[in-house]
Amino acid sequence: MTQVEVLSLSAPERRRRRMVVMMGVLGVFALVAFFIIPKQHDKATFGFVMDKEWVAVHEWAINSRHGSLGFAILAILAAILAYFQFRARKTIRIASAIFGVSFLMSFLCWAASGKFIPLTGLLQGGLLLAVPLIYGAMAGVLCERSGVINIAIEGQLLAGAFASGVLASLTQKTWIGLLIAPFAGALIAYLLAVFAIKFAIDQVILGFVLNVLVIGLTDFLYKRLLIPYQTTWNSGPILSPIKIPVLWKIPILGPIFFDQTIIVYLMYAIVILIHVGLFRSKWGLRMRAAGEHPTAAESVGINVNRTRFRNVILAGAIAGLGGAYFTIGAVGPFGKEMTAGKGFIALAALIFGRWSPLGAVSAALIFGFADNLQGVLSIIGTAIPSEFMLMAPYVATIIAVTGFVGRVRAPAADGVPYKRGESV
Amino acid sequence: MKFFRKAVSTIALPGLAFLSALFVSGLLIAFSDPKVLKLAHSPFKFIGGAFAAAGKAYLALFEGAIFDPNLAHPNFFDGFYPLSETLVAASPLILTGLSVALAFRAGLFNIGAQGQFIFGAIGASVVGFKTTMPVGIHVIAAIVTAMVFAGLWGGFVGLLKAKTGAHEVIVTIMLNYVASYFLLWLLSTTPFLRKGRQDPIAPPVKESARLPHLAGPNLRVNLGIIIALAAAAGVWWLLNRSTWGFRFRAVGANAAAARTAGISVPLVTTLVMAIAGALAGLGGAVQILGSEYALTAGAGGTFGFDAITVALLGRANPIGTVFAALLFGGLRAGGLTMQANTDTPIDLILVIQALVVLFIAAPALVKAVFRIKQLKVGSGVVSKGWNG
Repeated sequence: MTQVEVLSLSAPERRRRRMVVMMGVLGVFALVAFFIIPKQHDKATFGFVMDKEWVAVHEWAINSRHGSLGFAILAILAAILAYFQFRARKTIRIASAIFGVSFLMSFLCWAASGKFIPLTGLLQGGLLLAVPLIYGAMAGVLCERSGVINIAIEGQLLAGAFASGVLASLTQKTWIGLLIAPFAGALIAYLLAVFAIKFAIDQVILGFVLNVLVIGLTDFLYKRLLIPYQTTWNSGPILSPIKIPVLWKIPILGPIFFDQTIIVYLMYAIVILIHVGLFRSKWGLRMRAAGEHPTAAESVGINVNRTRFRNVILAGAIAGLGGAYFTIGAVGPFGKEMTAGKGFIALAALIFGRWSPLGAVSAALIFGFADNLQGVLSIIGTAIPSEFMLMAPYVATIIAVTGFVGRVRAPAADGVPYKRGESV
Repeated sequence: MKFFRKAVSTIALPGLAFLSALFVSGLLIAFSDPKVLKLAHSPFKFIGGAFAAAGKAYLALFEGAIFDPNLAHPNFFDGFYPLSETLVAASPLILTGLSVALAFRAGLFNIGAQGQFIFGAIGASVVGFKTTMPVGIHVIAAIVTAMVFAGLWGGFVGLLKAKTGAHEVIVTIMLNYVASYFLLWLLSTTPFLRKGRQDPIAPPVKESARLPHLAGPNLRVNLGIIIALAAAAGVWWLLNRSTWGFRFRAVGANAAAARTAGISVPLVTTLVMAIAGALAGLGGAVQILGSEYALTAGAGGTFGFDAITVALLGRANPIGTVFAALLFGGLRAGGLTMQANTDTPIDLILVIQALVVLFIAAPALVKAVFRIKQLKVGSGVVSKGWNG
């Protein structure tokens, strides 16, 4: 390829080229690592049925070596398809999706050799683990698109979890917990908004401090009230799943998406609203203007700081609602620091998804799935230490910000306090 | 008189911020105390009870941090045992605080002190229990290894920032988690397991690699505090008296101007992060070789956050950092006594720290609360965005 051709590639094309190269390398890696090197072979079984949904296939068994080989070849073919699409200057989304699934299946055939993997359960668990990440990432989208860095997602999730757990326990009603969670998250966001917008404090420091404030407060109250008076303060009920009529019976997809609690259904609504709202509404346009070019926004009559203030509070409410997932949405009682860094993975998903709602959701789903896969594999036992699988989202984010898969760019005025009359 | 006025204006803001934090936390202690809440029917008893509860907790905090009269009976100086604990707790805080402060001065925000601390602890631990060397050399070898490990871990962040523009905050947050999981994995491997045990705790470092105690075998205060103070002096010299320090500060003040003046910004960024990493790693070494002796899964503790609070309270200045670290070391040591004697969970310390930083970072708030007009404003940190 000559120099001229290299220069004529646009940024997305350069990114695609790197993706194609990476897919080719990984495809060959799958062939070597999962087919050529392993000598043992046994039956790998995948289960597809969770409950009483309509059944297409009950379970599927395959010789692990045959499976690994077949899917590795499929992955390589997908990489080749991607190359031709790239040459034809088309997007490589479909090829990438085929590649991703094939690579994963090649890996699973190898990892599950002689074992049983409940595939539907694996996907359902992955979605559940992604729920707080998606809520957190959506909060991040609203905050950062309007120009305020939100490192405090962790604190907002934790505040939501604490408030909903405690209130649901005191009243023994889940809906009260669900109702109070957004307010707890919004309260933390209010502090973020006041200090970031009014006092113009560095937002990274601020977010960090707020996280620790919430961790300190909830740990303190947990030891002081929730442990000694557990029966009244910390024995909340949990939400029961609601089956959506008909839809839940769809094989595989039904149990994954349509047999969930209200928190998950609210999440679908929030994601769609934010995606549509951000790019198709006045609200979204103003938010993006405040985050990209506040001076220009102000010049056409948008009150930048008010826009930011409102969106930060709204973001906190969303994260708080996501926090309710940890208590009333999953286990019931509150546990010390039960969000366990999920807020930071949500931040990672936001960055990995390039500050776009759907990108962040995809990243959160991948991270949630990886997390669940790690859990399942550590139970059935494989060669990869679970700690390395737990590292994956963080490493992926570092790779993303270093520009390996294309330059990641935050909203231009993200984190820069705005003062009227000062041009940026 | 002029000196006096300057001193007052320097410590007024941190002092008021600390008092405000103690006040808010005191309210928290009082109103979460079931005994106090039972007095709610009579307002006078209620307020009295609230004061008593907060007062008792803070008294225990003081006794655990500086001087405990209960220990002073046969020998008066034994009462100062808590002060030794404060110095032990403060040593790694000074070092990690310096790490963050140095980066701040060069315009970098090192959230990665946690991960660097962990790598320092790993390095010190490995050399400490794996190798056999003469007394003296063993300690130095362990410390140098710790600083090299952590320096590389920190320098990697600087290199990424210099080469690709990746924001150091994002990279260090992610690397902290990578370091924690790496430590967890390491502690599950055979060389790091104790004989016949499966729990994540490495063998203790050998006697020859431990930092000597300074005041007899009963007091835990050790050479670590001297190392920390020396490092503070070193960082002060580096920043204020050396050419490289001038370059660091120039880049921190205005990277574009520094570049125009011929300073290599990528080199400075990498170097600063490497030195910051080495300082945090030294903190990890002091923690392992001075007081903990064995590497555990929780070795990182909350040092990453503590470091940031210490650096902010110390206004990103080496001398201020030392005092801030002593204060928070005292809180940490005293918090244990407070928890044991008055059932006030030690997590209160985190709340106090967070509030202090919040008040420090918002001088406008403190000014408004105390109605002070003349107060030095500015936290030593400039607000910047992800792209800055």
